[in-house]
Amino acid sequence: MHLSTRSIHVGNEKDPLTGAVIPPLYLSSTYAPEGDFSTAVYDYARSGNPTRAGLETTLAALEEGVGALAFSSGMAAIHAATQLLRCGDHIIAGTDIYGGTYRLLHKILNRSGIETSLVPLDDLEAVRSAIRTNTRMIWVENPGNPLLTLVDIEALADIAHEHNALLAVDNTFATPVATQPLTLGADIVMHSATKFLGGHSDLLGGALVVKDATLLKELYFIQNAIGAVMSPFDCFLCSRGIKTLEVRFREQCKSALWIAQYLAHHPAVRRVHYPGLPDHPHYELAQRQLRGFYGAVVSFELDADYAATQRFVEATRLFQRAVSVGAVESLIEQPASMSHASYDKADRLKAGIDDGLIRLSVGLEHVHDLLNDLQHAFRIAVPLEDAPQETSVLRERQVGFLT
Amino acid sequence: MSRESGLQTLAVHAGEAAVKSEFGIVDSINCSSTFTFANTAAIIDMLEGGPERDEYARYSSPNTRTVERKLAALEGSEDAILCTTGMSALTLLFWGLLRPGDQLLFFDRCYHRTRQFCYDYLQAYGIRCQAIPTGDYAALEAACDSKTRLIFSELPTNPHLDVIDIERVVGIAKQRGIATCLDTTLASPINVRPVSWGIDYVVHSATKYLGGHNDLLAGVLCGTKQSLIPMRQLQGIIGAITAPHTAYLLQRGLKTLPLRIRQQNSSGLAVAQFLAQHPKVKRVYYPGLETHPSYPLARKYLAGGGGLVSFELHTDRQGCGRFIDSVRIPKIGPSLGGVETLIEQPLIMSFYRASPADRQRWGIDDALVRLALGIEETDDLIADLDQALRTL
Repeated sequence: MHLSTRSIHVGNEKDPLTGAVIPPLYLSSTYAPEGDFSTAVYDYARSGNPTRAGLETTLAALEEGVGALAFSSGMAAIHAATQLLRCGDHIIAGTDIYGGTYRLLHKILNRSGIETSLVPLDDLEAVRSAIRTNTRMIWVENPGNPLLTLVDIEALADIAHEHNALLAVDNTFATPVATQPLTLGADIVMHSATKFLGGHSDLLGGALVVKDATLLKELYFIQNAIGAVMSPFDCFLCSRGIKTLEVRFREQCKSALWIAQYLAHHPAVRRVHYPGLPDHPHYELAQRQLRGFYGAVVSFELDADYAATQRFVEATRLFQRAVSVGAVESLIEQPASMSHASYDKADRLKAGIDDGLIRLSVGLEHVHDLLNDLQHAFRIAVPLEDAPQETSVLRERQVGFLT
Repeated sequence: MSRESGLQTLAVHAGEAAVKSEFGIVDSINCSSTFTFANTAAIIDMLEGGPERDEYARYSSPNTRTVERKLAALEGSEDAILCTTGMSALTLLFWGLLRPGDQLLFFDRCYHRTRQFCYDYLQAYGIRCQAIPTGDYAALEAACDSKTRLIFSELPTNPHLDVIDIERVVGIAKQRGIATCLDTTLASPINVRPVSWGIDYVVHSATKYLGGHNDLLAGVLCGTKQSLIPMRQLQGIIGAITAPHTAYLLQRGLKTLPLRIRQQNSSGLAVAQFLAQHPKVKRVYYPGLETHPSYPLARKYLAGGGGLVSFELHTDRQGCGRFIDSVRIPKIGPSLGGVETLIEQPLIMSFYRASPADRQRWGIDDALVRLALGIEETDDLIADLDQALRTL
């Protein structure tokens, strides 16, 4: 069964009691099972809930895992995964990671004596040098946020396993449509379901998927003990959103590629970060690892000052200025002041996340409307003397859309 | 938001405030049954035609108003009324527009409950209802008299997917001052927008393609603000409204409507073509196939053939039942339009107690199958139909 079919049917089996096509929402916080209480399937909603179980079944099927766990937010999922570690353990994380992940590793886990090293994970030699005898986990985003760096998951998995460490992949930006990290050797896949899985900006959620039954059991113990589980309503909305994951993501990737190409040719743009552009440092890897779905997130730097960047981000009308990604509405933000504000400035600049960086999340609006919106923002933020060049690029792209 | 914006952009943003409550990216769900006023002057202001605001949820509420604006934008109509179900929307139109002595003309190939409502209820209240053979424009014209008030049809019809010549119907009606209504549930506004062809009212069961996820019931009636006044007033009295949570789920579903329809159009054509060349299939009904009697009209009016494919098998009623029971991906059940594929044998599902004469009249062959395609991978759907056909 292809991904889109699985996303609709697996974990959404009809209600045996009524035949309902859509499984009912189970809100009950507690259960009154008959017979032996200790072996009952459901006894208390933190430990298990049928609506959440349905979503977890779907997630496991999408990521080719043996099981999944749904959490109240992406950060809750990441936190649960890091609870596999003990005081004195070491984590290696990429330099191109979400600000919230950075904060968890550096400002929370350090209190428990877990040390983090930030390493550019696309440099496998640097990774080998950074590994210590107490390294227990490597954490990578696929692709990285916000610079869309791409790391060879298979190669990284080999290095991790050589040193008895787990490889965890935050697959939020790629989604299982592009990449299924477990099939490439990863041990844990994590999602912020808030983003592409839910897809409609109306739920907070996180997920972990694994392919090892023992690891699943350990993570389930952590989930049950800490209790940051996804609510039934959010599970329902997430399952509903997942049904259109493929059609949404496909369209968003298509639009994002057009936009990345438009930006790459724009005279006011210094640099574009998008795995679908041939000048991306890991373009060949992208074609292989992302299977042609380069993503809906495009980051770029204006060839202008900080004030111009601010003006640009405030000038768009269709792209709304907000954090988060992956939804049907297009969004724009400046990582330095928003999604990556929780970095210490030195680390942020070292990672190449400059003040002038702009991150777009491409939604489902018609790409023609989105390009017009960007063109409008350029005119306000960075008026150019040779405007005709800019317009003709857009017109050239327009012909492409209509065919 | 310009009207020239692609349907995709409208689907995401139309009808919604640019800046929402607490700056949220999505609308909040306002469950309040009643709405308060700052002072007495504010009430009088509202009564004297001040800015639109809610007072009591039976009349209007924030989420339903937002969805109505989005539906109107997608349909290309000036206004829209959100109702509890498709049948609520249709009966709201009938009750709001027709009076004893008036005549309603409708093409006979339609949802059987519509027929039932006309004959068992409207007629009892003195509203003359006459069914016209579907597509017989001469008969339609001949049946018009001085008291004909409304001409109604589905487009496409269920389950044979006949396409009506909209311009001809509009021509007949406008000459005589008769209002027209099309139920385009099976097409959705993505495949056809009747208002642009001169139709006065458009009705949808939003339960189907608009909601798109088989988890809500709703109906919508579209028209001009003026033409919908009697229906809004009636709804405010009888209360066939939609709950805020339902309106929100509908709004959420609408955001992916263009993409879902595109996928369903694509699967519909591929599945129809696959079935048309299969030796166990006697006949396929799909407006996108050249063999369909409505093909020229489909080319003219429809942007896509849709997600419904009906077909007759070379077998008897029991054999048809066995085929239906052998499919693995589609679920057996009524309704259509959601992301999950559904399948049914109309003889069993809707015409079980109908006489053989009636079944023949409505073209319900013993081995007729209606397949309501979802958005699963087309290859998976065809492979599943293939294995099920092998069991015949």
